Amino acid sequence: MISLQSITKSFGTFQALDGVNLEVPAGTVQGLLGPNGAGKTTTVRVLTTLLEPDGGDASIAGHSVRTQGDAARRSLGVSGQYAAVDDKLTGLENLTLVGQLYGMRRRAAKARAQELLEHFRLDGVPMGQRAGSYSGGMRRRLDLAGALVARPPVVILDEPTTGLDPRGRRDTWDAISALAEDGTAVLLTTQYLEEADELADSIAVIDGGRIVAEGTPAALKAQAGGSHIDLAFELSDAVPAARAALSRIGLEVTADDLSLRLSATAPRRQESLQAALNALAEAQIEVVEASLRQPTLDDVFLKITQRPAGVRAVEGSATGPSTQHFDAPAREEARP
Amino acid sequence: MSVLTAVRDGGIIAQRNFTNVRRTPGALVTGVAQPIIFVLIMAFVFGGALGGAEYREFLIGGLLAQTLTFNSSFTAVYLAKDLHHGIVDRFRVLPMSRVGVVLGRTWSDLITSVISTVVLVLCGLAIGWRATTDPLTVTLTFLLLLLYAFAIAWVGAVVALTARSVEVAQSLGLLWLFPVCFISGAFVSADSLPGPLQGIAAWNPVTAIATASRQGFGNSAPAQFQEAGGWPAENAMLYAILCCLAIIAAFAPIAVSQYRRISKR
Repeated sequence: MISLQSITKSFGTFQALDGVNLEVPAGTVQGLLGPNGAGKTTTVRVLTTLLEPDGGDASIAGHSVRTQGDAARRSLGVSGQYAAVDDKLTGLENLTLVGQLYGMRRRAAKARAQELLEHFRLDGVPMGQRAGSYSGGMRRRLDLAGALVARPPVVILDEPTTGLDPRGRRDTWDAISALAEDGTAVLLTTQYLEEADELADSIAVIDGGRIVAEGTPAALKAQAGGSHIDLAFELSDAVPAARAALSRIGLEVTADDLSLRLSATAPRRQESLQAALNALAEAQIEVVEASLRQPTLDDVFLKITQRPAGVRAVEGSATGPSTQHFDAPAREEARP
Repeated sequence: MSVLTAVRDGGIIAQRNFTNVRRTPGALVTGVAQPIIFVLIMAFVFGGALGGAEYREFLIGGLLAQTLTFNSSFTAVYLAKDLHHGIVDRFRVLPMSRVGVVLGRTWSDLITSVISTVVLVLCGLAIGWRATTDPLTVTLTFLLLLLYAFAIAWVGAVVALTARSVEVAQSLGLLWLFPVCFISGAFVSADSLPGPLQGIAAWNPVTAIATASRQGFGNSAPAQFQEAGGWPAENAMLYAILCCLAIIAAFAPIAVSQYRRISKR
């Protein structure tokens, strides 16, 4: 239903997309995962006909976004990162407007709008309350409802839960799952590994404008290896000392960031954890937190891009520790 | 993409714009205040030196042309706001006419021009201006003014679609108005301007609208004003209509192609 073939796009000297290929069949949720600036939003803008690619083509339900834009848009519902609702209109008016512009008659558009307001629990607000006075979460839900007005076979969602509270996020997740069950092809971009894990049938990891990994959440996790140990320390000089101690007993340390935390592979699970704690005790390093866990998509991301999720590579290049550029606020954003 | 879809979608967008205007009446303050301010300045600051009561009769046609031209800056600002605040992105992912958003804007901005015209006419009546022709001619003259307001709004739309931000649209949308409105026969006789400016003023569409509305309302120039000659002055009504059609023919395609080009930025 959604297909991208060798899409390229550059802005000046910045190569935003460098040959993106992706296929999303009907009834599936495809996650597109990547840090800020990786090319997620550019991919969405190309797919939704908002931006013309430099090379390659994409199609929505078989219609080329380059040459059959109107037919592509007819099969498409979009909800963006920044809720595009008209602040001066009520929720009902916003959705009715969208329905009419899909070609529905006013009465039908209004009925459909009412239905969606109920579905997204937006019907509780007083009649006449304008979208401008909605909370952030309500605006996002209204924007999402706008994507579904015409029951399109393809729905594209750009970071649909960014800035939502846990309840809002859960509601949005339920709505997205229901879409795929009804046969809709959904492309979902997100920075939240947890979100892709929860919703996506297949995940593509994008970095530096290229798809660097693709597969089911389970396959990607398998690629990241077995279980992991998470450790937290109280003193900052404990982190390098612990890294050295764990390396000595043969554990691969996979994360080492500024938050006094450290992850290591645990090939023999409990045994590895025990060995790690013994090694740290011997080296007289104080541990404040220790746990054993299954691999997460964070580990996948780290393994593929050689750097933690949310840490942005220096423009254009995606590899090598020498080009790493630590961007602490972005790191925080990447965690829900 | 048929003309029918364009008209239908333009109507839907215009209705949305109307609702917006109705809910932010503050935005109309400029549309109401500006003609009043210009009437006061032109009639009583400059008017005394230019012919007093006679000049006030002459003035209203010019003010109508100038005010409606200035109103195109509202089109520039409102369309730029829609473009840069995300709502046009919402429209652009919908299977609607590529003409609809801009057409809806140039239509709905006629409401501002109607309000400005009513205010100006009331001000005119207060300072002694009168329409002396038959009701049919007066009606046709108002319709011509409305056509001009619609035509000139497309210039504002092109400004909005060319500018990269709301601020740029706002300043560009105002900047061109001053030479265009004042190097004209709107406030003085076009023939009193020096050298090359005289030719520009004679053929300036603002002059045509001002002269056509004076003719339509039966207003004459102060006695000491030189009678403006030449084809445009002698055929003011016809030339004014041709100007409106030419402005639409020139600027509407530019606006529409600029709208389509947004995706290439």
